[in-house]
Amino acid sequence: MTKQFLLDGQPVPFEDGQTILEAARKAGHYIPSLCWHQDFPPHGSCKLCIVKAAGRHVSACATPAKEGWEVESNTPEMNGERRGLLQMLFVEGNHFCPSCEKSGNCELQALGYEYEMLTPRFRHFFPERPVDASHPDMLLDFNRCIFCELCVRASRDVDGKSVFALTGRGIHKHLTVNAESGRLADTDFSKDDLAARICPVGVILPKGRGFTVPIGERTFDTETIRSRTLKEEKS
Amino acid sequence: MSALPATPTAALDGVLQRHGHCPTELLQILIEAQDLEGWLPAQTLTHIAQSLHIPRSRVEGVAGFYSFLYTQPVGRYRVLFSDNITDRMLGNTELMDALCRKLWIEPGKLSEDGLVSIATTSCTGLCDQGPAMLVNGRAIGQLTHRRINEIAEMIRQQRPLELWPAEYFQIGDNIRRKDSLLNLDMKPGAALAAVIELGREGWLQEVQKSNLRGRGGAGFATAVKWASARNASGEPKIIVCNADEGEPGTFKDRVLLNSYADLVFEGMTLAAWAVGASEGFLYLRGEYRYLMPQLEAVLTRRREAGLLGHHILHEPCFDFDIRIHLGAGAYVCGEETALIESLEGKRGTPRIRPPFPVTKGYLGRPTVVNNVETLAKTCLIALAGGEAFAASGTAQSAGTKLLSISGDCAEPGIYEYPFGVPIARILEDCGASDTQAVQVGGASGVCLAGYEFQRRIAYEDVPTAGAFMIFDGSRDLFDVARAFVHFFAHESCGFCTPCRVGTSLLQGFMDKLADGHGAKADLADIDWLDRLLKNASHCGLGSAAPNPVIDTLQKFRPAYERRLVSLDFEPAFDLDAALAEARQLTARDDPGAHLHTHEEEEK
Repeated sequence: MTKQFLLDGQPVPFEDGQTILEAARKAGHYIPSLCWHQDFPPHGSCKLCIVKAAGRHVSACATPAKEGWEVESNTPEMNGERRGLLQMLFVEGNHFCPSCEKSGNCELQALGYEYEMLTPRFRHFFPERPVDASHPDMLLDFNRCIFCELCVRASRDVDGKSVFALTGRGIHKHLTVNAESGRLADTDFSKDDLAARICPVGVILPKGRGFTVPIGERTFDTETIRSRTLKEEKS
Repeated sequence: MSALPATPTAALDGVLQRHGHCPTELLQILIEAQDLEGWLPAQTLTHIAQSLHIPRSRVEGVAGFYSFLYTQPVGRYRVLFSDNITDRMLGNTELMDALCRKLWIEPGKLSEDGLVSIATTSCTGLCDQGPAMLVNGRAIGQLTHRRINEIAEMIRQQRPLELWPAEYFQIGDNIRRKDSLLNLDMKPGAALAAVIELGREGWLQEVQKSNLRGRGGAGFATAVKWASARNASGEPKIIVCNADEGEPGTFKDRVLLNSYADLVFEGMTLAAWAVGASEGFLYLRGEYRYLMPQLEAVLTRRREAGLLGHHILHEPCFDFDIRIHLGAGAYVCGEETALIESLEGKRGTPRIRPPFPVTKGYLGRPTVVNNVETLAKTCLIALAGGEAFAASGTAQSAGTKLLSISGDCAEPGIYEYPFGVPIARILEDCGASDTQAVQVGGASGVCLAGYEFQRRIAYEDVPTAGAFMIFDGSRDLFDVARAFVHFFAHESCGFCTPCRVGTSLLQGFMDKLADGHGAKADLADIDWLDRLLKNASHCGLGSAAPNPVIDTLQKFRPAYERRLVSLDFEPAFDLDAALAEARQLTARDDPGAHLHTHEEEEK
């Protein structure tokens, strides 16, 4: 007999070791995420996948499912917290969607729409984060970094290069590259690395082409992040 | 700089050599590398990365994480004023201003000649003898204007620290009340001999009978932790003594390490016997680095006496030794999984749990992390048995508790009480009068108002790691809460969104209120942030961060409300303040260079 838990009142089957997020998405229920990626172990930093399991807040991406649990996810309370977390991510960086090449393909922006974020709510931090255009093929715009560490993990664990790392602490935490000069051009980064195409927002972008797909026809312009994620998860 | 060795690379290679070019030693290597030049230039990081065969980005990541590691130049005299609320109450702000004026520098900036830099740092654990500072890592307490004058003069004369008056560096224990632990006069090795007699299983049973619970605040049953590690697979097993005493207002571990180090090390060895561990670490917070030489001396003496090393007390299957691992200014490393990351030479980011350290800890091995006081207490159990230990205290809280008492009282210091002691009794004993509130358990603890002073120190009532800060009727509890909010924002590791951004936002709201721009809408936002931090944070730091605000909002709400200028909404953005830089550039401060708010014009 397969085990199951209840997600917003609906039974979700799972196998031992599966997390709440994996089981839910497999069963066609959407739980949002930014730092989670199916090819990597859970990271648990963005907290967008937060759910209430047996009355306690947990990260769905990092919490193994348990038989008989009642899990709340798509509720006004949890979605309100997610909206708040998105607002936090927007105000701590410099996100100007209309002028961003990633607009329409950006997961942060798509989640902003998905969770009906109409205002930034909090004061903007306006951090100073200079861009790095030193590399011949790729541009780094640190203003948009959300610290999901997907590039860090991809470069270290798949590309075997450790081009990216986080340094600093707290609100001063920031992305850095593997060179004494601090310039991407002085690393062994390549446009063919996994790290070059894993960024969910617009930090790591290819140079030499822009707006090849017009705004309005991009990934999340034509399909919500919810339905796209569920489709990808099934394939 | 004059302090530079002739060949820095050679000295650096010496450091790397001493640590066996081992990447898990990265934090220790960085601390010692910094001793060579006072800071960590980019080339030094590159050299370390190359020598350890690890990516430079990882070295930079670690160097950037810890407050006491500097990737920008700092002064040859690096002055850090302890900035706990108790230091502020004793006037540290005025003293820092005075020292800055005398040395012609701004806080946080390096003097042009590279001589001196002055800044603040989180609580240095000297609240019983504040205001306190660290000069090049050495602690000085009881600062007065006279001392500040003398210090300014000695810095100007570039007098080496070794030639500063010795009494500056004398840190007293200030033990005011002793009970079973502080009265224990144990011959080193006596507890060990007793538990070897009992056998590993028998010893674990005694600990279970004692009902000993962790003294770090969480109160987890020590015997359960030890048994889990013992039953977990993986070798060698590890015992870690958590001496990262970073909670503002706590200093009992400082005293135990200063005057009762044998009890602490013996306790670690007792734990090793129960668990079957062979490696031990004392994780010593960077602020207590000045204790290193004497602690190393105790370890050496214990090795020579056969109490550490191979075949302890001639027991054939009992090998255990202890190394001291230094922290470098990161409160979050008091969280046990962050501490383990730090022990492994990484950034102190808390791990996802489970797995818990007892099954997968240091380098994936079963690891017990216990508080300094918890480990010292096991000596009592070894000597007198578990039942005798359980006989004192309360039903759920066996034994005694060390309290670090500071703030508005006649006799700050260390007080040891059996669990169950009422707050009122403690206040009477330490000579506190007109007490408005007590912050028990440090910044992450609980703020008690007058009507709660009959409550008791115990896990089942008021649990605490030991901090006990007293505020009399002259204090503003909003200032207290705001100081703690600043502390958490500074100490957030930045891993998860709610804590990284939320603590900074909370700081912004508290500052807005303090600046006289608060509105009722801000209190609602503060409430909302408090809840999100509590619910959604990755670790205990984030979920405890709103505690001081939640408590004071509930119990001392007028302290907030009298700061509100509007019942509705007031923008955080201050137009006039935004012109400050322009005023400075044009050297103007006349009325025409100021924007007045509409309301002021009406007046």
